[in-house]
Amino acid sequence: MMLESTKIKMQKFNTLKSIPAYLPIVNIDTDMIIPKQFLKTIKRTGLGKNLFFEMRYDDDGNEIKDFSLNNEPFNNSKILIAGNNFGCGSSREHAPWALLDFGITCVISSSYADIFYSNCFKNGILPIILEEEKIKELSEYSNRKEEISVDLNEQKIVYGNSETKFDIDPFKKKCLLEGLDDIALSLEKSTQIDTYEKKLKENKPWIFND
Amino acid sequence: MPLTLYDKIWEEHLVHQQEDGTALLFVDRHLIHEVTSPQAFEGLRNSNRKVRQPNLTLAVVDHNIPTTDRSKGIDDKDSRIQIETLDKNCKEFGVQLFGVHDKRQGIVHIVGPEQGFTQPGTVIVCGDSHTATHGAFGSLAFGIGTSEVEHVLATQTLVQKKAKNFRVNVNGKLAVGVTSKDVVLQIIGNIGTAGGTGYVIEYAGSLISDLSVENRMTICNMTIEGGARAGLIQPDQKIFDYLKGRPMSPKNENWDKAVEYWKTLKTDSDAKFDKEINLTAEDIVPMVTWGTSPQDVVSIDGKVPNPENESDTDRKNSIERSLKYMGLEPDVAIKDIKIDTVFIGSCTNGRIEDLREAAQILKDKKKAAHVHAMIVPGSGLVKEQAEQEGLDKIFINAGFEWREPGCSMCLAMNADKLKPKERCASTSNRNFEGRQGRGGRTHLVSPGMAAAAAIAGNLDDVRKYQN
Ligand code: SF4
Repeated sequence: MMLESTKIKMQKFNTLKSIPAYLPIVNIDTDMIIPKQFLKTIKRTGLGKNLFFEMRYDDDGNEIKDFSLNNEPFNNSKILIAGNNFGCGSSREHAPWALLDFGITCVISSSYADIFYSNCFKNGILPIILEEEKIKELSEYSNRKEEISVDLNEQKIVYGNSETKFDIDPFKKKCLLEGLDDIALSLEKSTQIDTYEKKLKENKPWIFND
Repeated sequence: MPLTLYDKIWEEHLVHQQEDGTALLFVDRHLIHEVTSPQAFEGLRNSNRKVRQPNLTLAVVDHNIPTTDRSKGIDDKDSRIQIETLDKNCKEFGVQLFGVHDKRQGIVHIVGPEQGFTQPGTVIVCGDSHTATHGAFGSLAFGIGTSEVEHVLATQTLVQKKAKNFRVNVNGKLAVGVTSKDVVLQIIGNIGTAGGTGYVIEYAGSLISDLSVENRMTICNMTIEGGARAGLIQPDQKIFDYLKGRPMSPKNENWDKAVEYWKTLKTDSDAKFDKEINLTAEDIVPMVTWGTSPQDVVSIDGKVPNPENESDTDRKNSIERSLKYMGLEPDVAIKDIKIDTVFIGSCTNGRIEDLREAAQILKDKKKAAHVHAMIVPGSGLVKEQAEQEGLDKIFINAGFEWREPGCSMCLAMNADKLKPKERCASTSNRNFEGRQGRGGRTHLVSPGMAAAAAIAGNLDDVRKYQN
């Protein structure tokens, strides 16, 4: 059970198997992922039901039938394939929180907006970058409702009898695999931060308003 | 090795270079607001961590607050809780806050410079993607997510990977009626919304140095719309003059030391950029967006694009999708697009110079009867200044609503939103689907163009209205 009031412990990511959901739309921005009326929360959880809100519900709040994520099996997809420049727009981390709360822990696209990309890693979501061709190939598995699997350690996606490799920064990979907390890692550098601040106080005293 | 301004600021802030290519960077200035901070403070509390440098942190409410009379409290329960939470968190962690009733309250990216909290050569972060605004002062300023907000609060540092260098040169002079908003829309139109991804942009050239400090902020502000997280401009005497005497600016001998250092902040003449483009100011005309991406720009004399003219299928589909959302027919003249609403404000165009620009067009004029028009000053101090200059009277006489400061209809988190299909000429920065309210249709323009649209009742050429 997830405790609402505590920080979600970052889940370790290793392998993942799921029928992927496919949204063939380019430039899916953070407003589309989670519209701002849901940013008034002071929690990280509970946003999944409003993921892709405007595409998912009609004006009366009913589910739109032909939106794939509303239907079996995609309402249980853990993998989302989408058009390029995914996650552009605002820096809101509510976007990865909403994906995560819906159950999506891996996104596959040909490109991402910078902030969204780094926000994914901080929340245990793996964003994979593949060429357009591969994306088209993989989207077939969504159309056919067949599973694909993602292996982070091996950096590969296995689908049918094929597989494809993907690139990922080694440090980001390590953090995902081990579920490491960025802050604890940086606090290990406390002495260096102390030294930096001391020097800064001498060289640029105005920074501290002294 | 010759370095760019960005390279220099980066190196000055290196706390630790990690083996994997990322670096731990020191953060000199951290701005926070009510929407992206509650979960960060909660994280601190849960792990028993403190704010490492409360003095380098400044909080302000802006995104969520009503812009109507606030003296009787805030009706919307969720908004109220978020605002109260910020208040509580700031007290608990010792962070200075400009709350709802503080005259200095306003949009975070307007308040920072106004208070002198924003300074050249610093690293400035905020949980908001328009943080690049502060780059106009020659600082490295960029937006971060909530996890990073927590990271900065706890460590006063941030893990970052160095970006590449991109220089945008704009030379020449702008014609009357053309503003820095048109310049940045033109830049985004040229490079596209992903053109700056992975880069930090330095804006340079004779036009950029001719611009006022506030106009430079408008340009840096929209850097993120071109895909780059940070955009900056070499600081000069105009910047130093602007900062002198502001409440949080360096004082006395620190001022002299600071200016001496600030003067060294420039790109070496032989520094290499990974990418560079050149624009001629004389070629830039008043711009409007027609679609649902900030790169969908067209001149006011232009027409709505026709998807049939596109050979690329993705592009064609995306134009069709935008036109459908925007309720526009291909090939319609931009000036024939009727509007319902005008919004003047936001961190892009909510400063005093923007209000003066709008007032100059609106003086002794009336908005068209069917148009709903509002002006939301960027901060309490901007509001006060405008009232001292009598601008509020001009706006009210023209039929505009004169509101309290905040983000307002820029992102429509509060009550200020478009209704479905309502069409707005807006001085904000984003025209995404639903940005200004579900189903709302946004045309991004300069303050002068927004004023012209209010008078005409349709998108119109500001150059016709020069008083
Ligand atoms: S005015 Fe708009 S862009 Fe600026 S900080 Fe507020 S919401 Fe963000």
